[in-house]
Amino acid sequence: MITSILVVIFLAVIIGIVLGISAIKFKVEGDPIIEKIDSILPQTQCGQCGFPGCKPYATAIANGEADINQCPPGGDEGIHKLADLLGVEYKPLNAEHGEPKPKSVAIIDEKTCIGCTLCIQACPVDAILGSAKHMHTIIEKECTGCELCLPPCPVDCIDMVAIEENAENWKWKYPVYKIDKVSERRAS
Amino acid sequence: MKLFDKVFKFNGGIRAETKKNISTAQPIRKIPLPKKIVLPLRQHIGKLAKLKVDIGDEVLKGQLIAEADGNVSAAIHASTSGKITAIEKRLIPHPSGLPDFCIEISPDGKDQWIEKKAIPWKKIGLDKVNELLLESGIVGLGGAAFPTHLKLNNSKKAGALNTLIVNAAECEPYITCDDMLMREKTHELIQGIKLVHEILNVKESVIGIEDNKTDAINFIQHAIKKEKNISLQIVPTIYPSGDAKRLIYLLKGIKIPKGRRSSDYGIQMFNVATILAIYRFIEFGEPSISRIVTITGNLKSPRNYELLFGTPLKEIIDDAGGQIIKNDTFIMGGPMMGFKLPSIDVPVTKAMNCIISSEPAMIEEKKPVLPCIRCARCAEACPVELQPQELFWFSKSKQLEKAEEYNLFDCIECGCCSYVCPSNIPLVQYYRFAKSEIIEERHEYEQANIARERNEFRLQRLEREKLERAERNALRRAQSSSEEKTKLIDEKRKAIADAMQRIEKEDDKND
Ligand code: SF4
Ligand code: SF4
Ligand code: SF4
Ligand code: SF4
Repeated sequence: MITSILVVIFLAVIIGIVLGISAIKFKVEGDPIIEKIDSILPQTQCGQCGFPGCKPYATAIANGEADINQCPPGGDEGIHKLADLLGVEYKPLNAEHGEPKPKSVAIIDEKTCIGCTLCIQACPVDAILGSAKHMHTIIEKECTGCELCLPPCPVDCIDMVAIEENAENWKWKYPVYKIDKVSERRAS
Repeated sequence: MKLFDKVFKFNGGIRAETKKNISTAQPIRKIPLPKKIVLPLRQHIGKLAKLKVDIGDEVLKGQLIAEADGNVSAAIHASTSGKITAIEKRLIPHPSGLPDFCIEISPDGKDQWIEKKAIPWKKIGLDKVNELLLESGIVGLGGAAFPTHLKLNNSKKAGALNTLIVNAAECEPYITCDDMLMREKTHELIQGIKLVHEILNVKESVIGIEDNKTDAINFIQHAIKKEKNISLQIVPTIYPSGDAKRLIYLLKGIKIPKGRRSSDYGIQMFNVATILAIYRFIEFGEPSISRIVTITGNLKSPRNYELLFGTPLKEIIDDAGGQIIKNDTFIMGGPMMGFKLPSIDVPVTKAMNCIISSEPAMIEEKKPVLPCIRCARCAEACPVELQPQELFWFSKSKQLEKAEEYNLFDCIECGCCSYVCPSNIPLVQYYRFAKSEIIEERHEYEQANIARERNEFRLQRLEREKLERAERNALRRAQSSSEEKTKLIDEKRKAIADAMQRIEKEDDKND
């Protein structure tokens, strides 16, 4: 009896310490320049930059270990912002890391899904719901479109679907007016 | 009734030809029940309403068929009785021209109401009234379609109100639906004002109206003769006097600064049509299912119609005799702030206050766009006192941060600047583009923040799980070894005991 109580207390203390340490260790303060770089990165967490996520890439840039043009989801705009922040020259996206694609979300074909949980383990933002042997669904709102869940699926039931323009996300377009030059107008 | 009240004057604005008499010659008309009613789930500012019916369901007039999704949303009700025959994407009156979710009702022709119950607002208190308003589906009917319960919520937060302003300015050219409402439903409107006045517990109600609506002015003046707390204030016809902040300044001389609401100054404002909708809901238990729409411009018989939401616009255009000169171009809203409809195969919605069939001049007039000559006429005309030429430059060159710094989001898109610009620059289109872009950027930034948080949470979880697993394994190892130890000790004890027994036996033998 007493041993079991002691074991439970022992466990509680250990887990408490572990949680405490990890809370401090993973606290989001850290290096301000890394934070600033990270806040520009799109947080797709796809790893195309050659690092296991946006934060590690931000850290590598801050340490001068990586170039600013390795993030395809961030695109040209992202590189411009990084260049502005760091006061360096803009350079075009390094094609080795991939091309920018329209933003997509993963859709699981729930009829084919065998509930193996491999995709859940791959998803960097816990956007897939489901338990072992039950079909899985993706929380579309949370999916970053990183495609990391595609390779592990043994039955190929996950598809990337580009987000279509709809009445909700529709934007006013850049006006397509040709501005006549006064001189041309006089001539015509 | 007060006869003389000082009217303040806001900066800029324009005096355009009002073109209002095109649609005021004939009384408001109702048309027979259409064959199909199509109700979009997106008719208001905020989240899409949540579907509450299925295909095949029978519904009654006034029955809730989609409820508000959270607070920033509005409910939708069946505008007649019948059967739900489709729930699918259809074209809606939206500048995108993209289809969106709609509920189609095939009317049974009986037009049978649900059981209507008046709201005993005196008994239940303002909080409860507000809750019920969330179910009423009432949104601002002046064209902005902002959910009405939200407006009241905001004013409740701000504290005591003292003034109700009834917006009857209707300043945009062509639009006359409020004018006709005031002429034909004067009595009901005044009842409505008195009701909202009492519910909000304000000291005074002021109706602000432009001086071009002489008939409406006469009718209202007559109707409020005996009312001590309701007054009518006539403002000059200068567009955009009907903009909320402009009208408050005209009537009260109060300039509401950036980021503040009129309710912070004890003022609540409703458009006349909204007041009437609130009245019908509270007095008779009727949710928002119809409105008055001005159908005007290049048509054989332009006029105002009282229409059920979901009525096909095409039928009404036909009823109005169709276009005189065919060009298939229609504008929803006014000529200043409206947008070109993608098609007239769209239903009537809560935001539809006016449909203008384009007059040939409106289309042919596409004058060539010239470079900005920095004449600053736009700045003189801007009622918000912005620098439109700067905003134009920053929007055009996509320097969005700069545009924001120059108060892009204070721009009410009134179009005065575009109207006066000698270079014919479609300025407002640039502002809309820039605003859209900034809003999307903000949205993406929020999404990225959520993704970062979720990713950090996951890493933390993985780390924790790893440590917990290590902990469990260590414990198991420790436990198993202690078991082995006791087993060993037991074995040794047994061996000793056995040995002792043997010795004792041998001793016995030796004895
Ligand atoms: S490539 Fe992917 S993981 Fe790397 S920074 Fe860009 S979004 Fe983040
Ligand atoms: S669901 Fe797939 S694509 Fe979406 S975030 Fe998760 S792993 Fe990436
Ligand atoms: S009115 Fe037109 S031309 Fe004049 S400053 Fe404004 S944008 Fe430029
Ligand atoms: S559209 Fe905007 S910038 Fe132009 S006059 Fe109106 S408020 Fe001013």
